[in-house]
Amino acid sequence: MEPINIVKSVITPLDRKNVDTDQIISKEFLKRIERTGFGKYLFYHWRYDENGNENPDFVLNKPEYKGSQILVAQDNFGCGSSREHAPWAILDYGFRVIIAPSFADIFHNNCFKNGILPVKLKEEEVDEILAKGLQKPYTVEVNLTEQTVTGEDGAVYHFNIDPYYKEMLLNGWDEIALTFKYEDKIKAYEEKRIVFK
Amino acid sequence: MAKNIIEKIWESHVVHREEGKPDLLYIDLHLIHEVTSPQAFEGLRLAGRKVRRPDLCFATMDHNVPTKDIYTVNDPIAKKQMSTLEKNCAEFGIQLAGIGHPDQGIVHVIGPELGLTQPGKTIVCGDSHTSTHGAFGALAFGIGTSEVEHVLSTQTLWQNKPKTMEIRVNGKLGFGVTAKDIILAIIAKWGVGLGTGYIIEYTGEAIRNLSMEERMTICNMSIEAGAKAGLISPDEKTVEFLRGRRFAPKEEFDKAAEYWLSLASDPGCTYDKVLEIDASEIEPYVTWGTNPSMGTGISGRVPTVDDYESETDKQALRKALEYMGLEEGQPITSIEIQHVFIGSCTNSRLSDLRTAAQIVKGRKVAPGVRAIVVPGSYSVKKAAEEEGLDKIFIEAGFEWRNSGCSACLGMNEDIIPSGERCASTSNRNFEGRQGAGARTHLVSPAMAAAAAIEGRFVDVRNYLKQEQQA
Ligand code: SF4
Repeated sequence: MEPINIVKSVITPLDRKNVDTDQIISKEFLKRIERTGFGKYLFYHWRYDENGNENPDFVLNKPEYKGSQILVAQDNFGCGSSREHAPWAILDYGFRVIIAPSFADIFHNNCFKNGILPVKLKEEEVDEILAKGLQKPYTVEVNLTEQTVTGEDGAVYHFNIDPYYKEMLLNGWDEIALTFKYEDKIKAYEEKRIVFK
Repeated sequence: MAKNIIEKIWESHVVHREEGKPDLLYIDLHLIHEVTSPQAFEGLRLAGRKVRRPDLCFATMDHNVPTKDIYTVNDPIAKKQMSTLEKNCAEFGIQLAGIGHPDQGIVHVIGPELGLTQPGKTIVCGDSHTSTHGAFGALAFGIGTSEVEHVLSTQTLWQNKPKTMEIRVNGKLGFGVTAKDIILAIIAKWGVGLGTGYIIEYTGEAIRNLSMEERMTICNMSIEAGAKAGLISPDEKTVEFLRGRRFAPKEEFDKAAEYWLSLASDPGCTYDKVLEIDASEIEPYVTWGTNPSMGTGISGRVPTVDDYESETDKQALRKALEYMGLEEGQPITSIEIQHVFIGSCTNSRLSDLRTAAQIVKGRKVAPGVRAIVVPGSYSVKKAAEEEGLDKIFIEAGFEWRNSGCSACLGMNEDIIPSGERCASTSNRNFEGRQGAGARTHLVSPAMAAAAAIEGRFVDVRNYLKQEQQA
């Protein structure tokens, strides 16, 4: 997984609550057996109409946000299914950071496993960033080491993050390799585990 | 000190604990299906890793399987996904109940049926509705594919301990009101984010009175409430359900039962948060919007913009109504439907089919309505056929299918066409869930059956009353 520390780009303002994983990646695209290639299906039914034409009103289709690496949305982002295809699609499309007031648990976990930084800010702060980004393209710099989001206008927002996941993202660690270091403990646990015949 | 069941199970599964890190938890049962596992197995192969405990894994196929002719998979990509699971299970030595196998079914239906699901176990699956297994007093939660890979290779997971919540359902349920209505009412009352960061224990008189199958319906939708998991303390019903099941303990069953019962939350234990709801207030529920909290009782109406304060909420209502093709303030009983789907891991067990059959018996599906029943597993299907439920449904004009996820998410051919409306016993009414442009209304099996007969939503209690008088 790619390490992540500083990401600077224009934000993509997605002013919606409860964006669910069915919207992020629709079920017709879950049949692939690879981890890559999901970006073109991200938000498919919002991005395209029934005939496959781009919907010009949808934020991802607006030229001013092209190349954005930072997605900003409202409460409970990523609710619904456990499909990791959702963060795979987000990453494959080019986003590295998602800013929202809250995230659904499984989605939140899935982000850390894929080198995506989920940033939780207060609702008022997200509203402010969204408002700026909706008015005109707004660039921010996200700094994981410092745990800050700094706007082009000098506004600074601080966020909290679990120290374990912070280390993982900064270093791009393979979690399984880390866990193998506890092999003795896993073995010891298995020996005393409660099992009924 | 008095402990709740969540703390008891958590503490007994900690393999390693260290300041500044999540706990490393041991996983007792890993359920696997075709959609969220291929990339995990591929990851193992690329890294030259093995499956640590194939004996603690069990796999099935459910999401993609056709439900008409089970051996004809027309979609080549779906076919590849299924054959990939076959290959992976063979290569890594994992038991698989594939297409045509007598143990096949929706992963959350077969786990309890086979007795794999047991109190006190930690259970994971690359599927958010793993919370279903919590009905047995297990700590069961959905994980992503990277975590599937982690469990395959280490049989453990790093997990931050979530907060605990008690949802107490007091009193008795009214006549004709079901477990599905309880959970829809809970989510409508407190919203889809109510459980974010928590594990929920459901308690109270109404919960204790539920059968195991009904408890599964409640725990199933914990994820729709945003919770990591939802569970119910085991009692005698739990023990009796498991007695004699294939993977349940045999010689040591009594010892196991004693241990299971000891896991129930202690009197006087505490939780980080407690919510209470009165069961007698709950009506049969119908969702009108595009997330499970957008619902109301059958006597209610679709809300109006004035019912909401914030601009975001008003906007969310407008968007939902536009998608659903509904008017503000419209009575729920005026909503006409074109499809009925009785199935999914929420409501496709034998008791669900019995309830629905009781309502459709001797009646006909309304003209213009397409209704299907998709049993949750091969064994539910067989048991239902032995009771003659299939005939009741077929005579009423329902299609009787083979088991799988089917129209719950429409990965196979069972899709609701754009702009059409479905009364569905499943758990998600998200935009496009049952097909692009499809409009889903979540209801109980009884309400779905009554809607099939009337072609619109009706209060199923009137049906049941007629039945009683007849
Ligand atoms: S029935 Fe629906 S919710 Fe349940 S596992 Fe299958 S797709 Fe998921």
